[in-house]
Amino acid sequence: MNAAVTPFVESMQAAAAPLQLPGSGPAWLDDARRTALQAFVERGLPDTRNELWKYTSLRALGQRRHTAGNPDAARREVPLDLLPATSAGAMRIVFVNGAFRADLSALDALPGGVTLQPLSLALLEQPEPLRFLLGAYTNEDDGFTLLNRALAADGVVLRIAAGVRVADPIHVVYIGLASGSMAAWHLRSLVELGAGASVNLVEHHVGQPDAGHLANLVHDVTLRDHARLGWTVVQTAGAEANLVRRSDCRLGDDAELDFHALELGGKLARHELRVDLTGARARFTSRGAFVLHGRQHADTEVLVTHRGRDSVSDSLWRGVADGRARGVMHGRILVLQGADGADGGFYNKNLLLSSDAEIDTRPALEIYADEVKANHGATVGQLDDTMLFYLRSRGIPLDIARRMLVRAFCTVAMEGIAPAPLREHCDTLLSSQLPEVAA
Amino acid sequence: MLKIENLHARIAGKEILKGLSLEVNPGEVHAIMGPNGAGKSTLGNVLAGRPGYEVTAGSVSYDGRDLLTLEPEVRAAAGVFLAFQYPVEIPGVNNTYFLRAALNAQRKARGEEELDSMQFLKLVRGKVKDMGMPPDLLNRAVNEGFSGGEKKRNEVFQMALLEPRLAVLDETDSGLDIDALKQVADGVNALRSPDRAFVVITHYQRLLDYIVPDFVHVLSAGRIVESGDATLARELEAHGYAWVREQAHAEAQA
Ligand SMILES: Nc1ncnc2c1ncn2[C@@H]1O[C@H](COP(=O)(O)OP(=O)(O)O)[C@@H](O)[C@H]1O
Ligand SMILES: [Mg+2]
Repeated sequence: MNAAVTPFVESMQAAAAPLQLPGSGPAWLDDARRTALQAFVERGLPDTRNELWKYTSLRALGQRRHTAGNPDAARREVPLDLLPATSAGAMRIVFVNGAFRADLSALDALPGGVTLQPLSLALLEQPEPLRFLLGAYTNEDDGFTLLNRALAADGVVLRIAAGVRVADPIHVVYIGLASGSMAAWHLRSLVELGAGASVNLVEHHVGQPDAGHLANLVHDVTLRDHARLGWTVVQTAGAEANLVRRSDCRLGDDAELDFHALELGGKLARHELRVDLTGARARFTSRGAFVLHGRQHADTEVLVTHRGRDSVSDSLWRGVADGRARGVMHGRILVLQGADGADGGFYNKNLLLSSDAEIDTRPALEIYADEVKANHGATVGQLDDTMLFYLRSRGIPLDIARRMLVRAFCTVAMEGIAPAPLREHCDTLLSSQLPEVAA
Repeated sequence: MLKIENLHARIAGKEILKGLSLEVNPGEVHAIMGPNGAGKSTLGNVLAGRPGYEVTAGSVSYDGRDLLTLEPEVRAAAGVFLAFQYPVEIPGVNNTYFLRAALNAQRKARGEEELDSMQFLKLVRGKVKDMGMPPDLLNRAVNEGFSGGEKKRNEVFQMALLEPRLAVLDETDSGLDIDALKQVADGVNALRSPDRAFVVITHYQRLLDYIVPDFVHVLSAGRIVESGDATLARELEAHGYAWVREQAHAEAQA
């Protein structure tokens, strides 16, 4: 038997057999799913020999059997306070334990030129346009992406027609509810903005504290020329949640991706964000922070490829770890031949609040073009004693002073979040996390 | 109010204060002068409770309490204020937020009602005006991007807002032009009252033309070697610290 076949792999293989996935029927899709499953079984989960998984071990996860999805997810009652307040009254698509929930979503008032539907429905109605996306796999796929290709039963399909500028943000909400067993689900999402289109997307991850599961999410994002996507991820998943996300983004000429992330929850919160600046003057900005405590593990990989001339990337991230938490931040800027005039920057600062916490940060530059500006910087440090004393000398108690400084440390990563109510929401979430850390 | 007796303190294993004694009563202004490295800032830091200083002998009582056992924030709530020689920039912490947190934490610790944001804004805006601070001060981060002079004035502004009972000003005058110096002095003089005391650490006599002290002490090599009234400051200006050292030496010989 293959060494890669752990209890996790076995359980996924077993789960795949009886699954009737939406869109079953088109031969190309069934074939692609079978092939991907086979490839996954051969390859298994990524291990730490894989450069991109160097500091995130999946050994424990690999030893656990998982069920495929959660059979009653489509009907389960959802405590209303789990739904993010900022998504109230907004265009919204909601998934509970991996299942699309029409009853919680708000898709009936979409502006012209906006398609927003669950993948399950898109596959039933019109599978053919998805063939390119779902039909084959590539060498860049790791075990999770393969598994996602094999088993993804749902996801978000968002298309904005050329020239359409959507004023109001669109919210995607992933809710994790506790279920008897360790469930795994796989969601595949497609975001496609036509030339000159623009939209703001807000992605929420929320969950019950005891909801143990694996959510395996793959996003394909395509921004045609002059398109602009604002994308904010607010991750407050439950303490037992494992989130593995991979996003592949391609930007055309003058396209712009403005990404923000606040990673507060989860037991394992991984995001591999790959951005391919294909077009000339394509621009990618990312700002993000993780704030961890207990035994949380967060791993963000920002992998930028400059292909277009004068393309720009600018990433600024903050990490905070308390308790026995572990943070991993990897920023890689690859400037390919032909991307002359590219300008790439990756800056990451981290705070360790306890001697048992650990943060690994690795910026990397690889440059094969001319007249390129590329900068990176990464630090790991502790709260500044001088600042702490200054605050205390004015009467502010130590625990509050520590929280003020942690919050301040993260501020630069959050300043650009728009609109203002969303930024305030993020600030509130961050503040409410702080008694857990820095106390 | 404040009674320092035979204080010995060290930092990083090095003894800096070597038997310092000083008594300050309500309503008094004490100036402490002395050469660089004499231990002036060390004294201020020990009084404010900065971590890292080890008191090896002596005592400090404040209102009859053993000051040295109190956390810095407890000292602040009890009315002790240190204007830092080098005020700290805290990027990302908004001034208004910081000042309100400080004032309310002190009020809470004293069992007083906390101010709501309307009450606080009214108070703080009044102080900004009184002190001639730039109006955008309240929207900026604590000391971030402030010039040296602005930082010093901001210390005095914080003092005016927090209304301490014992204020220690550590070279708040250094690096200030004459206008800023007068503003600082005005800030201090406005707060002078029979139940409040000041310890004004300075390197130059100049500030003492505007804040007239009741007592002047010379701190040298970790001890107070000379005390007198305001005229002592002028003598020092004329003769330099070497003169004091010689005097002290002569006394010791006698
Ligand atoms: N953190 C420190 N570690 C080691 N030595 C220090 C430290 N802080 C101050 N000192 C030393 O203590 C002595 C007194 O310093 P300080 O109190 O700042 O003097 P003053 O304010 O009178 O100029 C100096 O010799 C200085 O170098
Ligand atoms: Mg000094």
